[in-house]
Amino acid sequence: MDEPCLNVNLAGIELKTPVLAASGPFGYGREYNDLVDFKAFGGIIVKGVSAEPWKGNPPPRLAETACGLLNSVGLQNPGLTYFLEQELPFLKNLEPRIIVNIVGCSVEEYVSVASTLDGRPGVDGLEINISCPNLKAGGPAFGTDPGTAAEVVGAVRGQTKLPLLVKLSPNVADIKVIARAVEDAGADGISLINTISGMLIDIENKKPLLGAVFGGLSGPAVMPVALKMVWQTAEAVNIPLLGMGGITSAEDALQFIMAGARAVAVGSGIFYDPGLPVDINRGIQDYLTAHNISELSFLEGIARRGVD
Amino acid sequence: MNWKNKLYPVQCPVTDRQIVAPGYCRLVLHAPAVVREARPGQFVMVYMPGEYTGMLPRPFSIYAVSRDRGELVLFFEIKGRGTELLAASRSGFVWKLLGPLGTAFPVPPPGSLLVAGGMGIAPLAFLAAGTDRPRILIYGAPTAAQLICPSLDLALPGLTLVEVTEDGSRGEKGTAPEVCRGLIAGAGAVFTCGPKQMLASVVSMGRRYGVKTWVSMEERMACGIGACLGCVVSGTDGYRRVCRDGPVFPAEEVDLNG
Repeated sequence: MDEPCLNVNLAGIELKTPVLAASGPFGYGREYNDLVDFKAFGGIIVKGVSAEPWKGNPPPRLAETACGLLNSVGLQNPGLTYFLEQELPFLKNLEPRIIVNIVGCSVEEYVSVASTLDGRPGVDGLEINISCPNLKAGGPAFGTDPGTAAEVVGAVRGQTKLPLLVKLSPNVADIKVIARAVEDAGADGISLINTISGMLIDIENKKPLLGAVFGGLSGPAVMPVALKMVWQTAEAVNIPLLGMGGITSAEDALQFIMAGARAVAVGSGIFYDPGLPVDINRGIQDYLTAHNISELSFLEGIARRGVD
Repeated sequence: MNWKNKLYPVQCPVTDRQIVAPGYCRLVLHAPAVVREARPGQFVMVYMPGEYTGMLPRPFSIYAVSRDRGELVLFFEIKGRGTELLAASRSGFVWKLLGPLGTAFPVPPPGSLLVAGGMGIAPLAFLAAGTDRPRILIYGAPTAAQLICPSLDLALPGLTLVEVTEDGSRGEKGTAPEVCRGLIAGAGAVFTCGPKQMLASVVSMGRRYGVKTWVSMEERMACGIGACLGCVVSGTDGYRRVCRDGPVFPAEEVDLNG
């Protein structure tokens, strides 16, 4: 049998492998040049970009938890102009497709970033991070309410022909409601999950450990939660899903595919082992070969069959 | 498809391990590729074995190198799961290392003061060993039990070692900044690493006496290479990444009270 086919089409973006770099840990890629074989990634979702530079949260920003990582980086980024001038030229020469994660504190900010990126050579898609605080509404994340989530997605949709992923927050009562709202508003695909809200306390200082008090939990600890949310979302919408949340092996990745994801992304996993994307591709290929399956797409949502 | 893992991180077997005092380990690794490039002040990330998924790589200052043997020496306090694993590793066990990373100290001018608090000795011992110009190393800790740097490692030509403990159980009685105050006038430069409060007082002394001061900072890290922005400290002009903009900073670039 020929080598099994790992190509997938995610929301209109042709990917040579089903493994992507999740937005955040991978920065804008350049730092990983000596560490990671970029070709192992079908796509790189770059760190969130806002219209103007964001300062981020006060330190400390990191804490390791049992099988997880709590962070409060706070979407620090150098802004859109810097990204276009200093980071995109490097990224656009790489093999993986480039998806730009966009952030904002108002609908107008999201729209301004999206419209500037539309048609930009080297940008293959957008991912809207709707976990940002909606400052006009007093701070709740856009993604926690189906109305504001749909408002952002609809406004961005009106400004771009680029494939549009929407990254959902797990910190909601019912992820299916939000998923349907962003699908109806014009999303081409859904990424999930973002980090799970959490905190730690330093008992010697008797104070919260993170400078920002609350942070987002990622890493293997969140994997079963993420997997369940992918499963639920797959049931609710008809657009393709990009599954992520604590993936550290090909076995994890295959579970997300079987739950209904078209492709997967690795975030914190790249910290633990920069060889992870290569290992996941190899592991998936070995699995497909061993089970005599010619293409990965055959497994998408397969675990759902016959399960109510 | 032809994906392949890159050359880094590099595989480094343990060649020697000593528990120098309860809770403190001196670990020697065969790491010629790291040692070739290592300069005082730089650090390495040590990746955890595959079965410990969910544990981040740990950053360690480079404590010493043997360039002819290609050996890298780490010296650390055993205070968590990562350092416990490292301290328990036997000769021949292979760790994956990334480095050297980050900025280095400049070569100390004659008459430099090196001010170390506790485990802040690690990068300063390497700095002290990198030159034979006259220099003074002030090495302070609360008690003798925390002043555990092997004295052989600090028996260096041209180096004057001043030990100081808060309870007077070893060396002078007092703190490293107090000793520093008596020696700083006319010093070539000051290099310091240790608890933040100690850094703040050494740095303000350097400013008062007009002596150029360099600080080595510490923060929890995830990537170690400047991508994730997890290890920032407050700088005088926005946040600075300890792993990439540091760990060694000119004192005027960091805000130690922030």
